[in-house]
Amino acid sequence: MSAADLVLVVMWVGLTAYALLGGADFGAGFWDLLAGGARRGEPQRTLIEHSIGPVWEANHVWLIFVLVTLWTGFPTAFAAIMSTLYIPLTLAALGVILRGSAFAFRKSVSTVALKRLFGATFATSSVLTPFFLGTVAGGVASGRVPPGNARGDVVTSWLNPTSVLGGVMAVGVCAYLAAVYLCGDARRDGDEPMADGFRRRAVASAVVVGSFAAGGVAVLHADAPELFDGLTGRALPLMLLSGLAGAASLALLVRRSYLVARVAAAVAVTAVIWGWGVAQYPYLLSPSLTVDAAAADPAALRPLLVTMGIAGVLVIPSLVLLFAMFQRGEGAHAATREDA
Amino acid sequence: MDSIAAVLAAPDLTSARMQMALSLGWHIVIACFGVGFPVLVLIAEWRAYRTGDATYDVLARRWAKALAVLFAVGAVSGTILSFELGILWPGLMGTYGEVIGLPFAIEGIAFFVEAIFLGIYLYGWDRLSRKAHLLSGIPIVLGGAASAWFVVTANAWMNQPRGFRLVGGKVVDPDPIAAMFNPATPVETTHMILAAYLVTGFGVASVYAWSWLHGRRDRYTRLGFIVSFTFAAVFAIPQVVVGDWAARFLAERQPVKLAAIEGLERTQRGAPLTVGGIVEIPKGLSLLAHHDPNAEVIGLDSVPEEDRPPVLPVRIAFQVMVAIGTGFVVLAIWYAVAWWRRRDLPRSRLFMLAALAAGPAAAVALEAGWIVTEVGRQPWIVYGVMRTSEAVTDAPHIRFGYYALIVVYTAMTAATVYVLRRLGRLPREADVDPAAPEPMEPA
Repeated sequence: MSAADLVLVVMWVGLTAYALLGGADFGAGFWDLLAGGARRGEPQRTLIEHSIGPVWEANHVWLIFVLVTLWTGFPTAFAAIMSTLYIPLTLAALGVILRGSAFAFRKSVSTVALKRLFGATFATSSVLTPFFLGTVAGGVASGRVPPGNARGDVVTSWLNPTSVLGGVMAVGVCAYLAAVYLCGDARRDGDEPMADGFRRRAVASAVVVGSFAAGGVAVLHADAPELFDGLTGRALPLMLLSGLAGAASLALLVRRSYLVARVAAAVAVTAVIWGWGVAQYPYLLSPSLTVDAAAADPAALRPLLVTMGIAGVLVIPSLVLLFAMFQRGEGAHAATREDA
Repeated sequence: MDSIAAVLAAPDLTSARMQMALSLGWHIVIACFGVGFPVLVLIAEWRAYRTGDATYDVLARRWAKALAVLFAVGAVSGTILSFELGILWPGLMGTYGEVIGLPFAIEGIAFFVEAIFLGIYLYGWDRLSRKAHLLSGIPIVLGGAASAWFVVTANAWMNQPRGFRLVGGKVVDPDPIAAMFNPATPVETTHMILAAYLVTGFGVASVYAWSWLHGRRDRYTRLGFIVSFTFAAVFAIPQVVVGDWAARFLAERQPVKLAAIEGLERTQRGAPLTVGGIVEIPKGLSLLAHHDPNAEVIGLDSVPEEDRPPVLPVRIAFQVMVAIGTGFVVLAIWYAVAWWRRRDLPRSRLFMLAALAAGPAAAVALEAGWIVTEVGRQPWIVYGVMRTSEAVTDAPHIRFGYYALIVVYTAMTAATVYVLRRLGRLPREADVDPAAPEPMEPA
């Protein structure tokens, strides 16, 4: 495996982590949006706030990780993607800033009107941001980003069938992951009725995402034939794994095995992301720019890989500590008091 | 109509620069608190731990709440910048991403550590032992300083590009380590980290100066002022020394920027220094820049007109920065003398008024310094190698992104100020007793 391939793998690990962790935080915002009026939605919003509060900033850093790896490892691809797809990326960036700050602001105000304003901003941007990021993925995956400075069509590169599918799937996957994770969080807090509520939402979103995925096959067949060939060819085992894991997560949700359902859901999403990578390889920007052609000089890739190694040693144990602390049941009520 | 459409669709350097200036100028102030505020919070918590003084504990907890808001806003406003590096400047990143990507990657890792431990610190207050909690704050401080250091090396590189060769317009032999440790790195990173501490310290002290001027003389106000103001005052004099180092560095390595700073038209020996645009000190500039009254100072005429930065904004910004920095030194000495003589704050109301002004002034000085560095480097995005106009995106209609940013940042500014003011007004008992209910306004 060349240094360029290794950097690509590391980047894809970062992308997967962002989808599984950052994605679930966006999904939590989706459920926050649908939680209902201020009074009725209060318990759900409290659970969501406690679940993502300590971790969302760390989860968000995976996005920065992907961006810096892309521009250091594959600078020409970064320049091409960011300049051609600047419209959805600007919208996603604004969504990122509104989501994060509104979430922090909501915790710090007490009037219902302001909580509503910041809450609505947080929740709406939690839905729009993954949608726009999904359209970016769709634009790249369907080969609509040529190399160079804004050489692609700045509109049709993200307003096209594959991008819309990508956007909708991204929102759906975020909602699905969040609902599955929140089942376990609610149970940890001893709130079985709430866990049941999120269980119903998780099942519903799994069914919706599953049917979109099935319908998406036809969209990709018509709109992105090369991607379709890759997904149904080399990447087929991963696609099948995703379907199986998704079905397993449904069965586990029905049986209320929430923690194992988390793993199954994460496997389902991970398999799709890696399936995309496998299907598109060796092209970073299909149909013209390969991974090797886009890669930085090995002299630049090596220190990057060393940095990533050090990062693994520093960041992974810290992350484990963070998650372990806030996945333990005790203290949840202390947190409630502190935030109240 | 066609021509209007064509103008709107043309590559738009001005909009790109304005958008970058807005988002970077906004982020940099907030980011300073992300770097400096954890230090203040930890000092307060450490004092509480050592002395058992509950007032320090209240300070630490209240500051941590403000830090939580500022850190969140800083994290997301920083993310936009990494988008914009590609959205607005694909020419820069596509060509030089492999040369300067590394410090950004390391900065990302440092920021990762900072964000993780901030989560642990903020939410672990009542779950960890006091000692473990105090220790969990240390990675935040180190991560903050490290991320500031690494990200500023990338800017230093834009002023002193190293670590690559250009062959036929293509980058070969990239050496990211050499790029990171370019000649501007030591002075720029030191200047920036000290600035972050000054902005935080004076910014927080301002809040307590306000309380003091409004008649609150309790122990909480006093300690809040002393901790934050002392923290800033300690760095005020070193910052002037580093500033002098920066000026001498420019004289040697980026003389055109220094010429713009001083409005020095022609290269000359024994160049005079103009203070505040009025008073002229003979041979002052030669003395300042080279520590030799008869040294030659390079003027703007050393380069063709199209390679010169705009003089007026750079000049004004520099003088504003120096004036404020000098004021800080006066303030720090005043404070130190009062403390040395009476073990107390200066009694004068004027001192407190000046301390009140010091917070906003520190932010102004920060922005002014940033203008000196960034505008003073123009027309280059990579000094002497790539023009800003060569780096900008060819995408059409980018001005609308800039307009959207203006709207969002205006709202963000209003919301941030509102929320911080509200946190400042909360009754303090809420911080002492974790079980105390938050004052709810009627729905």
